[in-house]
Amino acid sequence: MGTCSVTLETLSQYPEGREILTCIQCGVCAGTCPYGDVMDYPPRRMIAMMRAGMLEKVFTSDSLLACVACYACMAKCPRGIRLTEILLPLMKEQTLAHLPELPGELQKALQNTLRYGNPMGEPSRKRAAWVKTAGVPIRIFAEDRRPADALWFVECYTSYYPRGQDNSRATARVFHRLGIDFAILGNEEKCAGECGRLTWEPGLFETLMDYNMAVFQKYQFNRVVTSCPHAHNAFKNRYPALGFNWGLEHVTPFLAKHLDRLKPLLTRKLPYTVTYHDSCCLGRQNEFYEAPRQLLAAIPGVKLIEMVHNRVNAICCGGGGGGMWLDTYFKAKGYERLSERRLKEAAATKADVLAVSCPYEVSRFEDALKVLGFDKRIVVRDVTELLAEAMEE
Amino acid sequence: MTGPICVLAEQWRGRISEVTYEALALGREVADRVGVPLTAILTGCNCRELTRMLGAADSVIYVDHELLAEVVPQTCAEALVQIFAGARPRVLLVPLTNISLGIGTFVGVRMGVPVINFCKDIRITGDKLEAQCVMYGGKIEATVEAGAPSGPQPVVLGIWPGVRPADKGRAERDVPVMDMPVVLDDTQAVRLCRYIEPEAGDVDLTKQEVLVAVGRGIQDRGNLPLAEELVKVLGGALCGSRPVIDQGWLPLSRQVGKSGLMVKPKLYVALGISGAPEHVEGMKDAGLIVAVNSDARAPIFNVAHYGIVGDVLETLPALTAAIDARKAAAPHA
Amino acid sequence: MHILVLLKMVPDVVEDLEIASDGKGLDLEYLRMILSESDDHALEQALLLKERHGGKVTVLALDAPEVDDALFTAAAKGADHVVKVVGMDPGFTTRQAAGFFSQAIAEQPGLMPVDLVLTGVQAIDDLDGLVAPLVADELRMPYLGIVTGIVLDAPGRPARAIKEFPAGVRGEFEIRLPAVLGIQAAEKPPRYVPVAKVRAAMKSGKIECAEVPTLADDGWLAVNILEMKRNQPAGHAEMLDGSPEQACEKLCGILAGRGLF
Repeated sequence: MGTCSVTLETLSQYPEGREILTCIQCGVCAGTCPYGDVMDYPPRRMIAMMRAGMLEKVFTSDSLLACVACYACMAKCPRGIRLTEILLPLMKEQTLAHLPELPGELQKALQNTLRYGNPMGEPSRKRAAWVKTAGVPIRIFAEDRRPADALWFVECYTSYYPRGQDNSRATARVFHRLGIDFAILGNEEKCAGECGRLTWEPGLFETLMDYNMAVFQKYQFNRVVTSCPHAHNAFKNRYPALGFNWGLEHVTPFLAKHLDRLKPLLTRKLPYTVTYHDSCCLGRQNEFYEAPRQLLAAIPGVKLIEMVHNRVNAICCGGGGGGMWLDTYFKAKGYERLSERRLKEAAATKADVLAVSCPYEVSRFEDALKVLGFDKRIVVRDVTELLAEAMEE
Repeated sequence: MTGPICVLAEQWRGRISEVTYEALALGREVADRVGVPLTAILTGCNCRELTRMLGAADSVIYVDHELLAEVVPQTCAEALVQIFAGARPRVLLVPLTNISLGIGTFVGVRMGVPVINFCKDIRITGDKLEAQCVMYGGKIEATVEAGAPSGPQPVVLGIWPGVRPADKGRAERDVPVMDMPVVLDDTQAVRLCRYIEPEAGDVDLTKQEVLVAVGRGIQDRGNLPLAEELVKVLGGALCGSRPVIDQGWLPLSRQVGKSGLMVKPKLYVALGISGAPEHVEGMKDAGLIVAVNSDARAPIFNVAHYGIVGDVLETLPALTAAIDARKAAAPHA
Repeated sequence: MHILVLLKMVPDVVEDLEIASDGKGLDLEYLRMILSESDDHALEQALLLKERHGGKVTVLALDAPEVDDALFTAAAKGADHVVKVVGMDPGFTTRQAAGFFSQAIAEQPGLMPVDLVLTGVQAIDDLDGLVAPLVADELRMPYLGIVTGIVLDAPGRPARAIKEFPAGVRGEFEIRLPAVLGIQAAEKPPRYVPVAKVRAAMKSGKIECAEVPTLADDGWLAVNILEMKRNQPAGHAEMLDGSPEQACEKLCGILAGRGLF
């Protein structure tokens, strides 16, 4: 992927750059964008400004802070222009250089990621503290250097956040029951670099990639399995340039591959109506639409129901592109939070459970539940949590 | 002969600060143990009547000078150096507050004596002085010794507010006062021009019986409504620690702590507040202190009466719901 | 206009502080150092003044682990000149730190003359004194602390500094320059600088070194740490555990019992 070599000056020299210039100004991108109505410069207008030689106005507006890197525009562009992958990162990098002030929360998240390896500013030496509460043995490479089949890259929210730790415990138990041979990096693990957030900060992304590649090279494993779709995409799209050549899976499609051995273990009936939210990274970016649904359908008692916008049309939870740390900013601007918009859609299905497969989503949707007062109507669970629940006696 | 234990009384806008009584309480303990007098030192201009408030001391040295009307650390230190030229104290306690910060350091360097900050306890045995100090934002306790050459050396000790209960150092009486003149350089390199009062807030925090305080743990301005819900069911008002005000999530009139307000409500609920000394200074005397923090080791749990370790964003709505439910169940109880 | 900013690295308390095996200091193996928070504000305030009035900002920092990061970050943020004071024995106290700063200021070419010396009002390890008053005394300059705003009038006129008092009150002081100010908070939060810019500063810039020998032993001013331990305070809250719902139910009972709602 030529993200690093394409710059605004060199746009016309690279196929990806020339691609951008084939825009027909149809406006489908702006129409699909969940914040298209509040963005000063959605992709269409951005390209028009570029052609008019007025790009400076784009970087000096804070319009790009509203982009949550959801890939909706890119998925719908009739020209197939790689908007989210090429154009938007270039624009965001320039915007950061021109913004008089970066919103405080996002700034702190970036600084914390650099210093402590996680956006929350939690101590790196507590990253694996949750392991003691997992209830099943979890091997840490630094303590036991034997090779493993899978390196389970746990990631930040799933290590430090209480609800994220629920997910990790569930994942560990499912892996254990399936006899997966895995180990984790423990306190050596640092954020993989979330593409959306770090389009603002390519320098930080490089620092993280250098670090993680050096740690990977200390141990022997065949594949990386990760709980975080953003990490998955970082490993898939950016790390190969630094030599990442291991197998790569996100937990959900990984477990779906083991469905024939998993299904007999799902003995407990969960009589829930479940609606599944396609995360942007697993869904539009990688087209992992059916794997999570297969897993859910395999749970006895579960009835699946779809939201109005599903699969390629799913509405982002608003966490990408740095959005996880821009809620204050959005609120000040009077934008509706995307997580609230999506949750209303979920509640409209009358489902008992909103199933997700990205750690950001649990946090964002549970937040929205409180704000909207829907906590009695619907609960949020990660697919892996439901699987673990179905395995209980 | 060992000199007295001296306490620099802090006065501002015509009143003796609470921290002075706290310092006198500590000073009294030390003076009694060592068997030397406790002397309070009051500097100011036309405020001799305030010496009555320093009755916990055996005597008061009062220094009146136009240039001491408002505290300028170098000027105040110069006055102290002149007072001590005749009779050196064993110890000088100086509060580490907005008003007095810096005075202790200047006295130390101009008299050529050691300074020990963050002190909460003092032990003097013969020529040796040992101080118990709380360092690194409250995380580490250190036993510190002041270098002891021949003979007892005066030591300047900087103390945080809250070192002892203020009531133990409060006594109003006709205490012996010694007026001491000083000669001060009137070039006035540092001069107070005016005070800027805070904007009239809608709410006077100091009059509230219940305060719900939010800190960094609330994470996001967008989460304030969760705290406002708690205020609705408990009554009282919303306030915050410095980081919340600095970010503009609450106005300055809602700041509790060293640079904000000192409050003494019946109930203080600290949500996502770590408990750094600067904040604790403002609320440690509340009747009942309840703290919620995700870090079990947060210093706030040392000053709180009840604590919950947990994510504020989970615990807060649970608390609101629990109180709501209880009120609904027994509305006339 | 020339502003000098003094920076000190302090233990980073985000990671748990461990005590060394001799019980007299912090365990260095796990210790990370970070720029003292109010020093970061002092730097920001200096950069804001430079943006408003022009002139030069020089940053002077004492050698410590991770100090180079702080200096290159300062350069990437806009400091014109970054200088590291080296040659001292490690494990120095604040009093010694101020001494090193003062010596470097006096001896290193290019640091004087200065209009303003800015540094943080207090650091978490200031056991035996505060940097700003100590440097002010050594340089024979006026001092004001707990500063949250600075207004510079015409050259030759005194500056105006805003100092924080209790209860949200602020005081406007006039202070003759050159002066030393202890910054509590800058007028704006410290700015963000992209990692790429810091890396660029590392590649192209250089940190000037000012050699300063350890001062003669002023033993009678020294304070010695006899023992260090994790703070185990006398009082501690009664902890309510269980799920958030369970803990809050218990708390609710306590509050109701006291007639608090």
